[in-house]
Amino acid sequence: MTTVIAPRDRTAPATGTPARTAEAVVTGIGVAAPNGLGTEAWWAATLRGESGIRPLTRFDAGGYPVKLAGEVPGFVDADHVSSRLLPQTDRVTRLSLAAAKEALDDAGADPARLPDHAAGVVTANSFGGFEFGQRELEALWSKGGRHVSAYQSFAWFYAVNSGQISIRHGLRGASGVIVSEQAGGLDAMAHARRQIRKGARLVVTGGIDSALCPWGWAAYVAGGGLSGRADPARAYLPFSEDASGHVVGEGGAHLILENAEEARRRGAQVYGTLAGHAATFDADGFCRLGAAAELALADADLHPDEVDVVFADAAGDRMADRAEAEAITALFGPYGVPVTAPKSMTGRLAAGGAALDVAAALLTLRDQIIPPTTGTELPADDCLLNLVTGAPSPRLGLPLRTALVLARGRGGFNSAVVVRAPETTA
Amino acid sequence: MDRLGLSDLTRILRECAGEEEGVDLDGDVLDLNWMELGYDSLAFLQTVGHIEREYGVLLDEEALDEADTPRLFLTMVNEALAASAAV
Repeated sequence: MTTVIAPRDRTAPATGTPARTAEAVVTGIGVAAPNGLGTEAWWAATLRGESGIRPLTRFDAGGYPVKLAGEVPGFVDADHVSSRLLPQTDRVTRLSLAAAKEALDDAGADPARLPDHAAGVVTANSFGGFEFGQRELEALWSKGGRHVSAYQSFAWFYAVNSGQISIRHGLRGASGVIVSEQAGGLDAMAHARRQIRKGARLVVTGGIDSALCPWGWAAYVAGGGLSGRADPARAYLPFSEDASGHVVGEGGAHLILENAEEARRRGAQVYGTLAGHAATFDADGFCRLGAAAELALADADLHPDEVDVVFADAAGDRMADRAEAEAITALFGPYGVPVTAPKSMTGRLAAGGAALDVAAALLTLRDQIIPPTTGTELPADDCLLNLVTGAPSPRLGLPLRTALVLARGRGGFNSAVVVRAPETTA
Repeated sequence: MDRLGLSDLTRILRECAGEEEGVDLDGDVLDLNWMELGYDSLAFLQTVGHIEREYGVLLDEEALDEADTPRLFLTMVNEALAASAAV
């Protein structure tokens, strides 16, 4: 059996010459998630319905009203980051470097063999190096300015993951960072696809966030929307009548996006095509997530009937859940398409969340199995969703070929991405 | 502390900026420049700040530009330490 990339939408000549419609495919995945470090460990845990939401251990959260989070387990910094980089990186960047390396290795891509400036990095991030910044602020106020690390100049910054990945792997092409909270994981991939269409051969994309320190926690708690429940199994229940807010976590995913022609030429594995994207912004409290989904499908030149599974944003807030359910049913009809939210096992990961959902969507298409939403047993009466709960599920006699991933970022950002499985011929 | 020795410098370098793969700071490094040792300007800045705090000395920025090897740097720092002790 040979894998052939779907020719749809591709009008670029066989040389891979840049064209507005050049097809972009995902060839590598790297994951750092609260329920598994590394893609296959995380994916296996996700299919088993194993949650990574637990009482915080990275600092004493005893004095805070929220004490649960999704922490990436078993991450030994020195195993992933050189001694040169350790003093100058926050945990978020170390997680990001580990996931980017895994994704590049998975893709079998050697950026050093590409022409200079042919490969870049476009990631999403929401916090930068928060824990690093907290430490340096402590030094500033307790000891004075001369005690602040020189590395603070960049270690705190949103673009730091992109920058360090670029330096480590010699990716000198067009690069950047997208900051649109949870929507960012998808918006970054769209921008990476833009770079592919402008002629880039390969872009490291996706997103990782981590701010599980007292300063980050103060921001999270002040921001509101967090569940105050102490039971990890009952704290984050998206689409449930019993929803009480969400849990936050750290981590996310990096993906390798490549020009499809070039990927095929080098015989790369292909998880799927980034077929569509759209972003919208809420106006006057009016949820425009549905519009983003509709526009992303139009961008992919697909009808809602052709979507086999939806990865929901899954706010875990009654009003926001209802708004998302209405957006989904408006497009697909009541109970019209399987919907899932594996982020119920990780918590919301800010920019990492939707990136991880795209990784989950691609592996759903690869393995023909939809991971479950945990915690929630039944969607609320006002959420007319065919929610996959309890156990992973195939699509009852139908192939899983197309997935829609939805994301909402705090402040009104909406984003939607459509991924399609590679065409296969016998 | 009145004098900065090579072993002090390598300890502080490791703490402030790590050690580049393929470089052995315990080897013959006195006359290699910072770039050859794998340290960029920011790593150097971090190291200088650490030494200034630990040794209670202020180093002249223009003289630092010239001190681009451990030998020149040690000489410069120790001259500054001697000068401040003499005051």
